[in-house]
Amino acid sequence: MKKIIVIFAIFTSFFFLAGTNAKACELNNSVPVTSLSAGFDAWKVVTSAMEECGNFTPTLDQEYRDKLVASLESNPSQFTMAGVSASTNVSVLDAGVTRPLDDLVAKYGDSLQDNQKIVIDGKIMAIAMMTNAQHLFYREDILSDLGIDIPTTYDELLKAAKVIKDAGVVDYPLGGTFKSGWNLGEEFVNMYLGFADSFFDGNMPAVNNNDGYETLKMMKKLTEYMDPEYLTSDSTYVQQQFQQGKIALANLWASRAGAMDNAEESTVVGLVKFASAPKAKKNGKPASTLWWDGVVIAKNVTDEEAEAAFKLAMVGLDPANLGANPEAAPWLSNAFDPAPSNIGAILTAKSGAAPYPASAKMSTLHGVLGAAIGDYLTGAATAKATLEKIEADYITAATEKGLL
Amino acid sequence: MKKSTFLVFTMPSFIMMTLFIALPLLIVLIQSFQFNQDVLETIERENCDPFGCKTETITVPVLDENGNKIKNNIWVGFQNYKNILKFEQLSSVISNDGFEWSKIRSIDFYKALRFTLTFTFITLPFVIILGLILALCVNVLINRLKGPIIFITLLPFIITPVIGALSIKWLFIGDGILTLFLENILDKDIALFSQGWTIEILMLFYRVWHTIPFAFVIFYAGLQTVDKEKIEAAFVDGANRLQRLRFIIIPHIMPLIVFVALIHLMDSYRVFDEIVGFSASGFRISLQWMTYDFLRIDDSGTRSIGRASATSVLTMIGIIIILIPVLRRTFKEQKEKRL
Repeated sequence: MKKIIVIFAIFTSFFFLAGTNAKACELNNSVPVTSLSAGFDAWKVVTSAMEECGNFTPTLDQEYRDKLVASLESNPSQFTMAGVSASTNVSVLDAGVTRPLDDLVAKYGDSLQDNQKIVIDGKIMAIAMMTNAQHLFYREDILSDLGIDIPTTYDELLKAAKVIKDAGVVDYPLGGTFKSGWNLGEEFVNMYLGFADSFFDGNMPAVNNNDGYETLKMMKKLTEYMDPEYLTSDSTYVQQQFQQGKIALANLWASRAGAMDNAEESTVVGLVKFASAPKAKKNGKPASTLWWDGVVIAKNVTDEEAEAAFKLAMVGLDPANLGANPEAAPWLSNAFDPAPSNIGAILTAKSGAAPYPASAKMSTLHGVLGAAIGDYLTGAATAKATLEKIEADYITAATEKGLL
Repeated sequence: MKKSTFLVFTMPSFIMMTLFIALPLLIVLIQSFQFNQDVLETIERENCDPFGCKTETITVPVLDENGNKIKNNIWVGFQNYKNILKFEQLSSVISNDGFEWSKIRSIDFYKALRFTLTFTFITLPFVIILGLILALCVNVLINRLKGPIIFITLLPFIITPVIGALSIKWLFIGDGILTLFLENILDKDIALFSQGWTIEILMLFYRVWHTIPFAFVIFYAGLQTVDKEKIEAAFVDGANRLQRLRFIIIPHIMPLIVFVALIHLMDSYRVFDEIVGFSASGFRISLQWMTYDFLRIDDSGTRSIGRASATSVLTMIGIIIILIPVLRRTFKEQKEKRL
């Protein structure tokens, strides 16, 4: 008897909890909706607000790009909606697996601003929610103790790193998202755009030049001040290095800035500040790329599901919800003031950093870069051989894809 | 047995093998001679995002009336193999500057082949010798202890390979517990994941640790069938422990040693879990990892099926070459037995 009462109590408490949950969202969603997206804080903020409306199952996966196109391509689509970045949006656009959102925006999208609408040939294909960029994170206390100005160029950054190293106040002066693969490729892309403007000549690669050489050399100089295990270090690892007080400077994603002041994880609450990404050349632009993250809705779902998904997305992207979590990301909404942790991304954009040049050929080159540069950094290959290898590998891959 | 009965009994397994082994192999072989391409067109596209609008000339896949990409398989002969093996680059390296390993290493395939072979042949003797020693030790234990000890020894083999690799990595990466321990003992800053050879040693160690139980169980079973009278007779004749091992026990379990070697060679030539588990791809890659890497979708939503198939075929050829000596030996023995 006792057991039955306990079970009954547990069940009723579930109902009670479910009841209170549903109240947090005014929309009562009755159509099952699923989503696939990356797993960083911003997506947690958005999807957890959507979950409160019921019948919504998010999949948060940092490696979401591996299954994005394949899962939306199937009919019916495996996910009703997806979270994409500037780069993965190209892959779903090219595959034609997302639907135009103009009708839905007209009906339910009053809270959206124009700069949130990703318009391709006149059709709204995605709703952006935030921008993202790698920019400078620095330990304010260490810099002021040692009398170092905030570095604005990479040469200054290296000088600062040397001073910090000599002072011996942290394990390693610099952190970097140099994990071989996508992360390492992105580091090259960022740095290269600090030296040059374009990666391509038509569909042919144009990185085997002096700018490419300078980029590689600068990357190698940076690694000398990093944890020697840099080829296994991704965004989460660098974030933790900061949180545990092991590094003093790093170019890290804006979406990681909020975590610096998370008292549950961080031992350096209030000490990490943000600035624009340093420039590669004195009068150049910041060596960083601007990204956006946003929502798309699958083509291979019913109109009813798409409508429900869009309505849910509007709950997740509601300025009230985003405004309650301003530190999670540089949100695009103008309805509230950006959090101090977003200042780095804003400054980087203002100093003229280039948007990530997303395209099929860029994705191909990005993959090649991520695989080839490791050998140069560890000293197994020369800069010249590495640039030649990048060019040759790109041509092989692009020929195979039919780009050349 | 009547021919028809034989056919009826073997037919299900024959159909299954054709369907799930022969057919996929054939498809892989065909794909390795093809480029799997999207039909592309170059268009002008206006793209507005939070950073402004721009019109760009881009190459995009053509979609059919249902909105699907149009795929095209083009026969390219040995092009995929050429792209992987890079014979011209190889021959230029060898003829121009003498034999320079670092330059050959810059070609992914040879880098992967080098690691795969080292991995396979260094772990093999360790697995067999340590597995045999373990079996001999457990065999002389008192019966009460045997059960628990066998259970404990089997544990590494039960763990899912990737999970095992990850846990070993976490013990050593950055300021992992064991790295800190080593640093304390040696009074030196240690970074095991900052260069290739240390990761390689960790990977070798992990594979040996993980596979020994398999060898142990097989050898232990074999030791139960050794003729006790023969051992006693040898003992009476004055053979010491080592001689008994060499002239009676090892010949007796030789077929098992060959069997373990065969399985281990096949298994470790397909080394893959370690590369992923130890995040080693920046330093060391294996042939199977190359296949996986080609099959991964990049941001543009495409993958290199042709080159992936070609590496698979090359891996298969490699395994066959490695197994030939062992298989020949087994074949010969079978023949002798029949005579």
